[in-house]
Amino acid sequence: MTDTTPQAVVDERLKSESFGARLMKRPELGAIAGVILVTIFFLITADPAMFTLSGIINFMTPAAQLGILAIGAAMLMIGGEFDLSIGSMVAFSGLFFAAATVTFGMPLIVAIPATFLFSAAVGSLNGFIVIRSGLPSFIVTLAFLFILRGLSLVGLKLATGGSTQLRGVRDAIEGDWLAPIFSGDAFGGMFAWLAERGLVETFNNGAPKVPGLPIEIVWFVIIALLATWVLLRTPAGNWIFAAGGDANAATNSGVPVRRVKISLFMVTACCAALVAIITVMDAGSTDARRGFQKEFEAIIAAVIGGCLLTGGYGSAVGAFFGAIIFGMVVIGLTYTGFDQDWFQVFLGGMLLIAVLFNNAIRKRVTGER
Amino acid sequence: MTDDTKFHHGDAPETAPIVEMKNIEKHFGNIIALAGVSFDVRPGECHCLLGDNGAGKSTFIKTMSGVHKPTKGEIHFEGRPMSFDSPRDAMEAGIATVFQDLAMIPLMSVTRNFFMGREPTKGSGPFKRMDVDRMNQTTMDGMRSMGINLRAPDQAVGTLSGGERQTVAIARAVHFGAKVLILDEPTSALGVRQTSNVLATIDKVRKQGIGVVFISHNVRHALAVGDRFTVLNRGKTLGTAKRGDISPEELQDLMAGGQEMAQLEGSLGGTV
Repeated sequence: MTDTTPQAVVDERLKSESFGARLMKRPELGAIAGVILVTIFFLITADPAMFTLSGIINFMTPAAQLGILAIGAAMLMIGGEFDLSIGSMVAFSGLFFAAATVTFGMPLIVAIPATFLFSAAVGSLNGFIVIRSGLPSFIVTLAFLFILRGLSLVGLKLATGGSTQLRGVRDAIEGDWLAPIFSGDAFGGMFAWLAERGLVETFNNGAPKVPGLPIEIVWFVIIALLATWVLLRTPAGNWIFAAGGDANAATNSGVPVRRVKISLFMVTACCAALVAIITVMDAGSTDARRGFQKEFEAIIAAVIGGCLLTGGYGSAVGAFFGAIIFGMVVIGLTYTGFDQDWFQVFLGGMLLIAVLFNNAIRKRVTGER
Repeated sequence: MTDDTKFHHGDAPETAPIVEMKNIEKHFGNIIALAGVSFDVRPGECHCLLGDNGAGKSTFIKTMSGVHKPTKGEIHFEGRPMSFDSPRDAMEAGIATVFQDLAMIPLMSVTRNFFMGREPTKGSGPFKRMDVDRMNQTTMDGMRSMGINLRAPDQAVGTLSGGERQTVAIARAVHFGAKVLILDEPTSALGVRQTSNVLATIDKVRKQGIGVVFISHNVRHALAVGDRFTVLNRGKTLGTAKRGDISPEELQDLMAGGQEMAQLEGSLGGTV
C-alpha cells in the first residue's frame, strides 16, 4: 500500500455550508430567535412604555432573578442531570441567610459565605445520592423539592415562633459594607450623569427615573459570561459536555465524571443561594413560598435556550436569552390589553415549540435521520 | 504527553518487540479463558490476532491493555518485566486500545472528542483555558495525516461515518504517544469502502513506527495489512505465521479447521 493520496484534496461530496446553516447548529439560536419574535409581538401589541429604559429594567429584573437559576440549571442539564429542588433551595437558603443575619446577628462577611457553603453542601448531598445510587436525578431531586420546602416551613416556625415569614433583614444588615454588592442598584453615578445630559428619562426634579441598574442584572450578566467561558474555553467545560453526552465514554477517556457532576449540583445550589440572598436583602424578609415553582421555570428557560433533556448539548447564552423571554412575557402582558393569565398558555406553548425545535436540531447535529 | 511519534522506519520485523507476552494464562474462577498464549508486537509492524468468537481474543487484549491481570505468565514492555494495575497504567506506558465502542461522544465536536480528558491549556491561575486554536490545528493535522479531510474541526462526531470515527479514535491514540495500538475488530461493523479506509489508516500508523495489534475474525481484512498472523483458539495459540509464509487458504483453514479440531479434541478428551 503506497501513500500517494494528495494531502489536501477537497471532498467533492461536501456541499459548502451557508452562514445560515452554520448558525442553525448553535444551540442558542432558538432562544435568540425567540427574543426577536417576542420583541416584535410586544412592539405591536404593548404600550410603548414597555421599551423605554424603565420598562426594560422592569422586565429585566425578574428575568435576571430567574436567569441566574436558569444558567445553573442549564449547566447541570448539559452535564446530564436535573435539579428539581432549586426552587425549594431558594427558600431554604433564604431561611438560612435570614436566620444568620437576624437571629444570630452575623455580619454579611460571615453570613454570605456561610450561606453559600451551606447550599453547596446540600447540593453535593443531592449529587452524592444521585451518583452513588445510580438513580435518575429527576426522582432524587424531586424528593428534595419536598424535603427542603418542608424544612423551610419548619425552620421558619422555629426561628420566628410560629410565623412563616422572617422579617427584619433590612435592619440587621443596615450599613454593612458588603450590602451594595448584593442589593440595590449599580452604576447610580452613571445614570445620574446620563440624566444631567438628558440622555435618559428624568423626573421633573431632574433625577433619573431609573436610579441605577438593579444588582441582580449585573450578577446575571456576569454569571452568563462566566458560565459561557467555562463551557466553551476550559477543560472543565469539555468535561461537562462529555459527562452529559456519554458518561461511560467520558470515564474511559479519563474525565472525572463523578466529580464533575457533584460540582455541578453544588454550582446549581449556589445559584439558588445567590438568588435567595439578593431577593431576601431586597425584600427585607424571607418566607416559605420564596422560589416557588422556580425549578420548572428555570428548566423551561434552559430548554428554550437549547439544552437537551438528554444532556450533552446546550449553552449558557441560550439560558440567558431564555430567561429574558420569560421576563418579557410575564411583565409584557401587563403592558397589553390581554388577560394576565395568558402567560401560562404562552409559556407552555414556548416550551413545546422549543422542545420540538431542539429535537430537530439534535438530529441534524448527530447526523441522525 | 508528547506528540513525538517519529521512530525508525522500515525493516521493522527484525527489531526487538515493544510488548512481549509469554505463556499468559487467565482463569476466571474455574474457567480457563487463556491457557498459555504467547504474543509479541514489534515497532512498525501489524500483528493480526485472529480467532473465532470465544477464542479468548477479548480476554487476551484486555490483559494486554491492563484491564485484567494475568493469572500466570510474563509481560515484558520494551524488554523490562511489567505489570499493569489499570488501563491508565498501560495507557501511560504507551499501550493504547481502541475498543469497539470507541469512547466517542456524537454530540461533541471532533476536536472536543479528540482531546477529551486531556485538554491542553494555556495561561495560568483563573485565566487557565483550553488552547482551542492548537487543539483545532492538531485535530485537523492528525486527521489529514490519516487521509481524512475534515470539513471543520467543530464538526460533530455524530456526522462522521463509522470509518471516520474509527480514524478519529486511532488518530487520538497516535497523537497521545501510543507505542502499541490495539484495535478491537475495527472493521467488523463497516462497509467495503470504509473498511479499506481503516486498513489504509492502519498502514499509515504502522509506517510511523507504531506496533499495531489488529484483532479480527475476517481473514481477508487481516491479510490486506498484516505482517504476522497469530491464530487463537480455545485460549491457546495455534501458531504464528509471517506474511508470505502462509496462503489465505491455509490461514482460513487454520481458523476454521483448527476450531473443528479443537472442538473434536475437547469432546473426545473430556473436560470433566
